[in-house]
Amino acid sequence: MDKREKIARRAEQEIKAGQIVNLGIGIPTMILKYLKPEKRVLIHSENGILGMKSHCRREDADRNLIDAGGGYIDLDTGASFFDSVLSFSLVRNGRLDIAFLGALEISSRGDLANWMIPGKYTPGIGGGMELAQKARRLVITMLHTSRKGNAKILTSCTLPLTARSCVDRIITDLAVIDVVDDRLQLSEIAKETTLKEIIEKTGAPLMIPDRELPQF
Amino acid sequence: MDKITEIKDAISIIKDGQTVMIGGFGVPGTPFILVEALLEQGTKHLTLIKNEANIPQLGVSRLIEAGRVDRLITSHLGLNPTVLAMMNENQIEVEFNPQGILAERIRCGGAGLFGFITDIGIDTVLSQKKQVITLNGQKGLVESALRADVALIHAAEGDGLGNLIYEKSARNFNPVIATAADVVIAEVESVVPIGTLDPDNIHTPGAFVDHIIEIKELSDEYGILEDFVFG
Repeated sequence: MDKREKIARRAEQEIKAGQIVNLGIGIPTMILKYLKPEKRVLIHSENGILGMKSHCRREDADRNLIDAGGGYIDLDTGASFFDSVLSFSLVRNGRLDIAFLGALEISSRGDLANWMIPGKYTPGIGGGMELAQKARRLVITMLHTSRKGNAKILTSCTLPLTARSCVDRIITDLAVIDVVDDRLQLSEIAKETTLKEIIEKTGAPLMIPDRELPQF
Repeated sequence: MDKITEIKDAISIIKDGQTVMIGGFGVPGTPFILVEALLEQGTKHLTLIKNEANIPQLGVSRLIEAGRVDRLITSHLGLNPTVLAMMNENQIEVEFNPQGILAERIRCGGAGLFGFITDIGIDTVLSQKKQVITLNGQKGLVESALRADVALIHAAEGDGLGNLIYEKSARNFNPVIATAADVVIAEVESVVPIGTLDPDNIHTPGAFVDHIIEIKELSDEYGILEDFVFG
């Protein structure tokens, strides 16, 4: 299975029945493919939708119905539309149970950097800061290392922060890692890897429980 | 039906150097016909306030590419490499806001408020340029209100009083932008007789709207963007 698909499939297990969920672009959006309909969650989209479904086929595309990434979508039963002010009231006042975002860097204490690389990549902020800071639970889904093979999980971030101490859990192609009291704890290991590889590819100390870790 | 206006007359209100706020999030809700008329009019040195800059060669991106915009107050330009390149080459000044903070700054401008205090962006580079104050024991950034000389918005239905109804995800920034400018110009897909719209379903009351432009025919820009069909 493709690494990104594996991450998305594992991330789906974080979603509980009845939750209000926001999925960022990239791997988070791929979670929709694995989302069990019986959980009856409502997916929030920043552009003013609660109850979006996955990207639709060409023949079902509606010119007035896109997600925050611009893709044409289907609507779920019980969906609602609202304006941008209300959309972010929902995010900032704690009604969003869980958000999934990507990351460029994450620090030991759960700081997130995902919005800019000075001089190289400055697309803007979008809804990311508010999602990171205010979702009740923030899960980062990402490949464990950068395209060049560098560690993305670090003792402290080198890039400008999106938000401080906001990450609860990190799901990568190699591991599930939790931020616990400003430290990183290894919680699950991918079937395809070893403890040694995870430690090598992580740029921050990991607490490793003295027990058999679940595999995924 | 006093608010129904010819597009040229309405757009001629916009002068060089003014601030224009424009609705839309992607294609839905972007008033392409009004933007095109503004481009044709040749107005320059504009400050634009819009969530994003559409995509290259579409909508407000055409205004920016034509060099008509000095300053852009926005949230995200990830889908517009052309405008990002212009920003990096200092051909346009760009101010990025967290998306909901941009919406809330406009809301304040429309609600007669000076600004608000928020913890969004605290401990980030955003806090460096802003006043930080403590209120009820909590540290927050002061965010100022945003207003414009003219607002350009798009609605699905409307009447001669200026009552408006938006459709699906085309609502986005349009209702809040309708409150935050000295002159509000709305292009409307379907103009119906006064009294036809259900008062319970009106999103923007006519009091906020100055000019209604009836869209005779939707241009190609309003259609499906094939590059964004992912299903």
